[in-house]
Amino acid sequence: MTEVAIIGVGLHPFGRFGDKTAFQMGAEAVDLALADAGITWPDVHFAFGGSWEVAQTDPLTGLLGLTGIPFMNVFNACATAASAIQQTANAIRAGVGDVGVAVGLDKHPRGSFKVDPTLVNMPMWYAENGQYVTTKFFGMKINRYCHDHGISQRTLAEVAAKNYRNGALNPKAFRRKPVPTEDILASPMLNYPLTGAMFCAPDEGAAAVVMCRADIAHRYTDTPVFVRASQIRTRNYGAYEVNTSWAAVEEDVSPTVYASRAAYEQAGIAPSDVDVVQLQDTDSGAEVIHMAENGFCADGEQEKLVADGATEIGGPLPINTDGGLIANGEPIGASGLRQMHELVLQLRGQAGDRQVPGNPKVGYAQVYGAPGTAAVTILSR
Amino acid sequence: MQKAIADVFTWPSEAPQLIGSRCDDCGATTFPAEERCPRCGTATMTELLLPRRGTLVSFTTQGFPPIVPYAGDATGERFEPFGVGLVQLDDVVRVEARLTESDPAKLDFGMEVELQVVPFYTDEAGDEILTFAFAPVTDGAPSN
Repeated sequence: MTEVAIIGVGLHPFGRFGDKTAFQMGAEAVDLALADAGITWPDVHFAFGGSWEVAQTDPLTGLLGLTGIPFMNVFNACATAASAIQQTANAIRAGVGDVGVAVGLDKHPRGSFKVDPTLVNMPMWYAENGQYVTTKFFGMKINRYCHDHGISQRTLAEVAAKNYRNGALNPKAFRRKPVPTEDILASPMLNYPLTGAMFCAPDEGAAAVVMCRADIAHRYTDTPVFVRASQIRTRNYGAYEVNTSWAAVEEDVSPTVYASRAAYEQAGIAPSDVDVVQLQDTDSGAEVIHMAENGFCADGEQEKLVADGATEIGGPLPINTDGGLIANGEPIGASGLRQMHELVLQLRGQAGDRQVPGNPKVGYAQVYGAPGTAAVTILSR
Repeated sequence: MQKAIADVFTWPSEAPQLIGSRCDDCGATTFPAEERCPRCGTATMTELLLPRRGTLVSFTTQGFPPIVPYAGDATGERFEPFGVGLVQLDDVVRVEARLTESDPAKLDFGMEVELQVVPFYTDEAGDEILTFAFAPVTDGAPSN
């Protein structure tokens, strides 16, 4: 099968940017990725774009150049960017073109806005009754997990504190100030045992990658990063996931577990081979659970791993080295591409103050979102 | 007058039950009632009244007002945090529902709970809207 390489990455900072549009941010992210690859927009054969807020992303061509290329839109909630990555890699393998761009962009409104549960096939009463709230699912899942596996609320706070610390080292992060563990524990309780400071926030931003056939990557770069696996899974019967009013008595594992197993198999890589990790930290409890669901530890080992600093940038299992969602927020269409940007910088040794030591070779990224959709991408030098 | 938030529980009733459905082919059980089976995909679902009692698989609190169309006070001025739980009803199905108890210190894993129909809000026409919630059971009787 044709191998695929990432030859350029670009990231518009995540945060709040006033009147700047999602398209402007998306175009800047693509500009950065093209410059990183040493090419220009007319060199691009096709593109995939994803966003939650804009109707479609291909009006970007009006900002980048109306070259007439195939430009496809993908949407898969929190797995949108991961889907754009997978589709771009697969299109190169299928011969759609030799050079493709995956781009994600979003600009979520501030504060509350109206939601319609029927758009995700849930009844209106589910929202009227106060259950159409994704954060309460995460509260319920981590509460049970902590009980079953001996994870303390302090560990949840320590994980958030680590991600804020990493964000402080990342000039493009939304939250750039360390937050003391005690302040995280003392912030308002949103969904027990998760406090406000343990959650990420919706915000704005864009990210892009340029990929090409691996056999021509040397034309563009001396440091190609290869897409070793990209897997997407939805829930199986028995999994209790976001946006549901019931679950089967016979429990099944989360779709992340299936996506992760398939990705390791596709890549021929084991968890112990991974040098730098990006996990979906919608909240710090999700990071804790995802450590085990992605094979990096057994259930319950997180308590000691976090206490020992294993998941810090200098630890043996560095996780969310750019601050993750907690420090960057979640512009949904761009979030999984931010993970790619970070992994590529880390594997090239270009991550600056937050560089993982020891010349990392393998990077791993996971996203998870409603209504139980997970994606895993594995990269290596 | 009193009205149910939706036709998902038996009301009026001395012993209200949630209205679910069960697949005639594979036995998969859902709440609320569905037309198509989520396990085998066939349209062979039959309505099933669910057990009134169960045990708490997990729980959390809703500490901030859900956004519109939340029918309670979404402005936050009169919002009262509420509990939410995943309740296993015998060996039939697990349902996600509000809890009458919002203090996590008074909730526990495996705790026995029972379905209640409780006042939720008063609509613009002045009708009292009722919803369903699970209440902790103590000494074999609902605690409130």
